[in-house]
Amino acid sequence: MNSIAETDRFALLGASSQDKSAPILPPLWRGGLAAAAGWAVAASLTWFWPDLTPWARTDLLALLELGVTLLLAAVALSGGGRFALIHPYNRWFGALAGILTLWQVLTAKTGLLPLPFFPPPQSILEVYTDDAARLFESVWRSLFLLIPGYAIGGILGFTTGALIGWSKAANYWGHPVLRFVGPLPATAWLPIAFFFFPGSHSASTFLVGLATFFPVAVLTASGVKGVNSAYYDIARTLGGSERFLILKVAVPAALPNVFVGLFMGLGSSFAVLIIAEMMGVKAGLGWYLQWAQGWAAYANLYGALIVMALLFSGLISLLFFVRDRVLAWQKGIVRW
Amino acid sequence: MVTNLDAPAKAGLSIQTRAVGHWFDSKDGRLDVLDDVTIDVEPGEFVALLGPSGCGKSTLLRLIAGLEAPRTGKVGADKIRIVGPDPSRLLVFQDPTLYPWRTVRENVALGLEATGQIKGSQARIDQALDLVGLRDFAGALPNELSGGMAQRAALARVLVNNPRLLLLDEPLGKLDSLTRMTLQAELVKLWKDAGFTALLVTHDVEEALLLAQRILVFSPRPARVVREIRVGAAYPRHRDAPELQALRREILVSLGHDHEL
Ligand SMILES: Nc1ncnc2c1ncn2[C@@H]1O[C@H](COP(=O)(O)OP(=O)(O)OP(=O)(O)O)[C@@H](O)[C@H]1O
Ligand SMILES: [Mg+2]
Repeated sequence: MNSIAETDRFALLGASSQDKSAPILPPLWRGGLAAAAGWAVAASLTWFWPDLTPWARTDLLALLELGVTLLLAAVALSGGGRFALIHPYNRWFGALAGILTLWQVLTAKTGLLPLPFFPPPQSILEVYTDDAARLFESVWRSLFLLIPGYAIGGILGFTTGALIGWSKAANYWGHPVLRFVGPLPATAWLPIAFFFFPGSHSASTFLVGLATFFPVAVLTASGVKGVNSAYYDIARTLGGSERFLILKVAVPAALPNVFVGLFMGLGSSFAVLIIAEMMGVKAGLGWYLQWAQGWAAYANLYGALIVMALLFSGLISLLFFVRDRVLAWQKGIVRW
Repeated sequence: MVTNLDAPAKAGLSIQTRAVGHWFDSKDGRLDVLDDVTIDVEPGEFVALLGPSGCGKSTLLRLIAGLEAPRTGKVGADKIRIVGPDPSRLLVFQDPTLYPWRTVRENVALGLEATGQIKGSQARIDQALDLVGLRDFAGALPNELSGGMAQRAALARVLVNNPRLLLLDEPLGKLDSLTRMTLQAELVKLWKDAGFTALLVTHDVEEALLLAQRILVFSPRPARVVREIRVGAAYPRHRDAPELQALRREILVSLGHDHEL
């Protein structure tokens, strides 16, 4: 009896002492503070170490670095909450400050890496401040080419694939064509497409569609062919029509495959898009790259590459976001 | 688990098989599975099929369900030749195979959806889920279920459609003995109330004796009917009843198990 009472008291004591130390201040994000310190160093270096030859946007760069410092510090001090999600990335935040500083030291501050091939970060910043309109227009034009082509290619590829997977006749005629023509990279069609289509825009849309069409069609077809035949047996005994079997059994069962096709199609459509823009369209990010190269404007080149990386990885993330919603039933789904 | 599904307007189907033979083509030639199987099942009868593993019981059920056509002989329901599947003859498959992208409830609703009766059938679906004790898991996905729960969901998926013939391929095989007993009792009750014809494949001699009015014993592959046993005992039956014990011995002998453990 006695000893039980005693352990109870200990337990109580333990609980209450824990309660007292419970957060008056929210817990610190130490990694975040360290990263903020890194950015503070980066900002001071930018500000106090004079450029070899003055760059127009050095001050702005220092200000931005200061901004990142303050933001990180504020998040770190506010503790967990909504921003807890980014906490594991503290080493990345720190490393970015390091990379930026190293890059700057090697270029603007000491000139160890030669111009014009190695522009300093402030010159890329200058591209964003001074050439924003053209860059924005290029992004816009690229999306305007990409999205309709991708959508049309995706829808046609899905329909074709479902048909080939389902119908013996469609498979007999369609499968060899897919096997024969599919491996051709869509870029190989470029000269023909620009010849046959009335404008470079429609030709490029066609090429982007083609690049999307084949992977989506091939994977949808193999997905539909691979559906567990017991699924069909069940639907057939329960009175499902052919339409029901296709729409409610074959398609949902094949969806994981369809998304793999959409993912592959998106990748190859990026490649086609950039090349089509360089070769014919004279607009969009691909064209911007070529234009920058023509003027030996390497800062613009790198600037556009960064924008492109953000745009494309954003689009792929969007696709994966949709897939995770649609295929929420899948266990252990592959992350990108 | 006390709810009943509404009794169907139509009573049970009768089943006829006439000299049914079936085989599969394999790489080493022909694999004979059914050999001259002639069976008659009365409307509303409960018949159990017993036989060694791999003898062809599931194949016979697939033929009656209309999923495959027999190579020789005829299969009929109500004396009309079976040419394809029909929602009046439903099969609870040996393997539950729920659709992994549908919740338990959506899986159970499958047949009502396929035949366009889904509107206004929510209460029926609830009843079926209650019957198998899965109401609380209506929103769960199949990969969140245990093997036995999946099997119960597959049972509900069929029962909700009020079949006139219920083909059961070891539907209680994966259940623990207590759930199994509960569901055996439910099945008998349901069969008495709804009046469907039931054809149950099982490995469990005791289960056959508890549920069926007649037991057909099959030979090893290719399956032939080697023995037919009528079980006259009234329902509800008790597993310890002496008359069932005597029949049990008899059936084990006909299955080739004459040695007692
Ligand atoms: N689709 C098929 N193709 C080829 N062989 C098959 C096929 N289906 C079944 N078989 C073979 O037919 C035989 C009988 O199979 P079946 O599934 O009917 O046996 P069963 O009596 O139900 O066995 P169990 O009690 O183990 O479930 C087995 O030898 C099996 O290998
Ligand atoms: Mg079987």
